[in-house]
Amino acid sequence: MTALTPAISVRGIEKSFRDLAVLRGVDLDVAPGSIVALLGSNGAGKTTLVRILATLLRADAGAASVAGHDVRGDAQRVRESLSLTGQFAAVDEVLTGRENLALVARLRHLPDPNGIADRLLARFSLTDAGGRRAATYSGGMRRRLDIAMSLVGDPRVVVLDEPTTGLDPQARIEVWDAVRELAGAGTTVLLTTQHLEEAEQLADRIAILHRGVIVQDGTLDELRALLPQATVETVERQPSLEEVFLAVVGADGASPDEASAPKEVDR
Amino acid sequence: MTTHAVADTATLTGRSLRHILRSPDTIVTTAVMPIAFLLLFTFVFGGAIDVGDASYVDYLLPGILLITVASGIAYTAYRLFLDLQGGIVERFQSMPIARSSVLWAHVLTSIVANLVSLAVVVGAALLMGFRSSAGLGAWLAVVGILVLFTLALTWVAVIAGLSAKTVDGASAFSYPLIFLPFVSSAFVPTESMPGPVRWFAEHQPVTSIVDSIRALLAGDAVGGALWIALAWMVGILLVATAVATMLYRRRVR
Repeated sequence: MTALTPAISVRGIEKSFRDLAVLRGVDLDVAPGSIVALLGSNGAGKTTLVRILATLLRADAGAASVAGHDVRGDAQRVRESLSLTGQFAAVDEVLTGRENLALVARLRHLPDPNGIADRLLARFSLTDAGGRRAATYSGGMRRRLDIAMSLVGDPRVVVLDEPTTGLDPQARIEVWDAVRELAGAGTTVLLTTQHLEEAEQLADRIAILHRGVIVQDGTLDELRALLPQATVETVERQPSLEEVFLAVVGADGASPDEASAPKEVDR
Repeated sequence: MTTHAVADTATLTGRSLRHILRSPDTIVTTAVMPIAFLLLFTFVFGGAIDVGDASYVDYLLPGILLITVASGIAYTAYRLFLDLQGGIVERFQSMPIARSSVLWAHVLTSIVANLVSLAVVVGAALLMGFRSSAGLGAWLAVVGILVLFTLALTWVAVIAGLSAKTVDGASAFSYPLIFLPFVSSAFVPTESMPGPVRWFAEHQPVTSIVDSIRALLAGDAVGGALWIALAWMVGILLVATAVATMLYRRRVR
């Protein structure tokens, strides 16, 4: 993959379910090493697009490629290059965190599955919980395990479908930190979200999916420039409820179990 | 893709066997009902049933073994349904693994779990006085028939697991299979049944399978029943595998 090859390239993708046209000609490029947020309301077609990229669904028309491999003609190569974390944390609850990671490593045919599992547990502050069944994990820990499972084998592209839906504020910050760290290590990240703040916090570029097409695509500043110039007003700013909540419960978000894993929160 | 089929199936089979090891109650539950039937029919109803010279527990065991498998495969449908529901199958399918390995792992796990349940039931039957004069070859033939029967019914269970909408639906399909042996030669000789029932009992698959196993365990010559039994089991296996594979392809593309 040269620097010119986009990590993800989507051209004119269309998909209907019976009479319902969910995607109506989507174009999208994701540059290698960037974080792109696919922003859209419920039912905008975000998950459908993501499932097409992950080879779980076939598009009716158009073309898409991941790391230069066509999702239709070269599905197996796409599966090697891309890792998907779905909307619901798909971890095996009966297995321990370590076993979940080692299972994925074996299915990706990598040497030393247990070593890979231990390294990822450490990276996601799950070492202490690694020997416990995933069913005993909190929502945030499950999500972190889920994302860690997506990183087994260092895929070039990671797709996170609404990674923070249903999480409390602390767990959400944990996931955000994990995503930032990912991109810092050079992984391309495409994440879908319906939270504007999440896109603002994480993304290099933001693509807005509305009624089956990308209506805008650009950096945050480019999107801001679409609106009239900012006017200066003096407003007394009250702390948001979230800031209050985090101040009261402790901003490091450490639950007893995760006390060994301090998280920095920059806000 | 096929290069990894065996390794992927082994990995995923290891995973679901670990599930069973961590909830061994599924194997116990599977064996409880057949053992209850065994007790009930041997010590309560058995005295009133005329099966000729054989002891009733010897007569009864083959049918009970089939009931064991029929209730055991409900767990296969249940486990497959939960995997599909929880999104883990989707995760597997988004990875570069052999497509068929997800289903085969459940099928192999089903065979292992059912063989353990069958061994428990045979152990209970021995305690109740079951004796067999069968030699090693006949026992191997019985095991072979039971594995083939389990394999065929497991693929039926896969269809149920793939097409069910609820957890209850995923296991409810096994109830008719559990009761099919009652209208066969499993509990009473078919000669005692009235015309149409007798005709049904003599032409449904359970009777030929039960008769074959019974003859093998008694050390008797197995007649044409064995070929009819094999034809039924292979037929069910082929049709169920084809339907299950089609449903699976449609579901995971």
